[in-house]
Amino acid sequence: MIWNAFAIALREISRNMTRAFLTVLGIFIGVASIITMVTLGEGATQAVKEQISSLGSNLLTLRPGSGFGSRGSSAGVPHFTEKDAVALGDQISSIAAIAPVNMASLSTIYGHNARISNVTGTTPIYFQINKWHLAEGRFFTEGDVRSGTAVCVIGNTVRTELFGDADPLGSKIRIGRASVEIIGLLATKGQAGMGDQDDTIIMPLSALQRRLIGKVSANDISQISISAVEGTDSIRLIDEISRIMRARRNLESNQDNDFNVFDTRQIAETLGSTTQLMTMLLTAVAAVSLLVGGIGIMNIMLVSVTERTHEIGIRLAIGASAREVLLQFLVEAMTLSCIGGIVGILLALGLCYGLAQVIKVPFHFNFQINLIAFLFSAAVGVLFGYTPARRAARLNPIDALRHE
Amino acid sequence: MSDPPHIDLRAITKTFGVGDASFQALKGIDLTIHRGEFVAIMGPSGSGKSTLMNVLGCLDTPTTGTYHYEGIAVEKLSADQRSMLRRYALGFIFQGFNLLARTSAMENVELPLLYRGMSKSDRRAKAAAALASVGLATKLSSTPGELSGGQQQRVAIARAIVSQPSTLFADEPTGNLDSLTTRDIIALLTRLNVDRGITVLMVTHDDEVAAYAKRCVVIKDGMIESDQAVKQLSLPV
Repeated sequence: MIWNAFAIALREISRNMTRAFLTVLGIFIGVASIITMVTLGEGATQAVKEQISSLGSNLLTLRPGSGFGSRGSSAGVPHFTEKDAVALGDQISSIAAIAPVNMASLSTIYGHNARISNVTGTTPIYFQINKWHLAEGRFFTEGDVRSGTAVCVIGNTVRTELFGDADPLGSKIRIGRASVEIIGLLATKGQAGMGDQDDTIIMPLSALQRRLIGKVSANDISQISISAVEGTDSIRLIDEISRIMRARRNLESNQDNDFNVFDTRQIAETLGSTTQLMTMLLTAVAAVSLLVGGIGIMNIMLVSVTERTHEIGIRLAIGASAREVLLQFLVEAMTLSCIGGIVGILLALGLCYGLAQVIKVPFHFNFQINLIAFLFSAAVGVLFGYTPARRAARLNPIDALRHE
Repeated sequence: MSDPPHIDLRAITKTFGVGDASFQALKGIDLTIHRGEFVAIMGPSGSGKSTLMNVLGCLDTPTTGTYHYEGIAVEKLSADQRSMLRRYALGFIFQGFNLLARTSAMENVELPLLYRGMSKSDRRAKAAAALASVGLATKLSSTPGELSGGQQQRVAIARAIVSQPSTLFADEPTGNLDSLTTRDIIALLTRLNVDRGITVLMVTHDDEVAAYAKRCVVIKDGMIESDQAVKQLSLPV
């Protein structure tokens, strides 16, 4: 009886290709759109999280000026000293590592290639704080910092712009007015919403100060990178840093801070929740399209209900039982829904894969959303395919036959 | 105990609707039909003849009364059991043909056999034979839309007889057909009755058509007005 129902159902589908196509289309659009949107939304969230975490974990940056980003307010404000960094590191137990940093934009030249690069002078602990890894070569050492050796490690963008495909290790590039040897190549980090992180040259702080900027004073560093001990309450840490810095900078109690602390984790959390919100929004939009698809299926099923009721009447009159008729309709609805669902999933995967490349987000196959979309659309298809049939099959055959 | 009659109706009533809007289409019908009869059921529009036919064919259920088909109390059967009765014993021909659209003559005729669970090759052979017996051997793959009214009705007859029913119900089988085609269809029904011994019940409002039956039951206002043997006309050639 089941095989019979299958045979009849498949025959009916092949006989009404337009109806079948429209039914499949509704499910197909619903499934494809919800899977695509959710998958890409998740990819985007993932990408943002990865990029933020590539900045460094529990990373705080101490900068002069009263607010971050507003360069105007840092004018005339004194910079920090290396002693500030040492003092903070000594006095606050929840600081895991601390590095003084000075930055400059300097012309860099190798052979015929020249460009302006961001040059960072710091101590070796900076690599650890900011989660830089080596692709090749070595980092500079404390010894290099003490002696002010003219060495540097470069980011991938600097390497491609200056060297192309050539191996930069051991080469000397001209940075500002000094010749500096490349001893390491950094592993790439990518974009992080705040510019190209790989466009960087990192060298010993002392070498930058003495050879490139020409300041021998250790009392002039533009920012301090701090990594907190895992599990630290960053609000309390910022308070402690502020208290010590206010004392060191002799601020009166009625004066505002002339420095600020930039907390990566807070930014990460904010951005993460924003993208999550976006994903939820996209999911809601996709759910609406699934609903619209469902209504499309419902429409086509209801439009054909007169014809189908008549068909049910004929089948009942020539001796089909209500159960056999229902089984046929159930198989029809399930077959169409499954075809629509599977085609929808395939298209969604193709779309996600393609779009993920284009908008540069990671592509993760989300089994759950595929399953949910498939089950929902199949349920809609079966519900609207089967329910009118059930009503018709319960009629007296003559009433089904007469249905207009 | 003697053999039960083929069909035995006792005090059958059928009421449509409820309350003030209700309408009693059948007001107590007693009718006995024996095997091999060819009965015409006549009457003006709204007399209840089609309702009676639908009750007889188990397409509709009576409101009260008893209906025995070959001794089986039909009113006590479930919907599925009535389906089985239609599947194995009854055949139908309708005024509007009621063929499945976009479906070949062959597949339409195969349908009753499909529900009987017959194998594909058996179905094909029997359906082809039934279509040949109604003169449509060359139209096996035509769909209803490609056939004339008379041809469609012959497909319907082939579908009705392919499962070799004991009783054939024909509700205004010639109502949509011209007079020439009407004679063909009636001749076909008469042959089925005479050659195969199939009991034929035919609703018609056409005296000429009714004249081919052996017995004529006239219904008026939901009751039997007359029930008498017919002096049969000779078979049309």
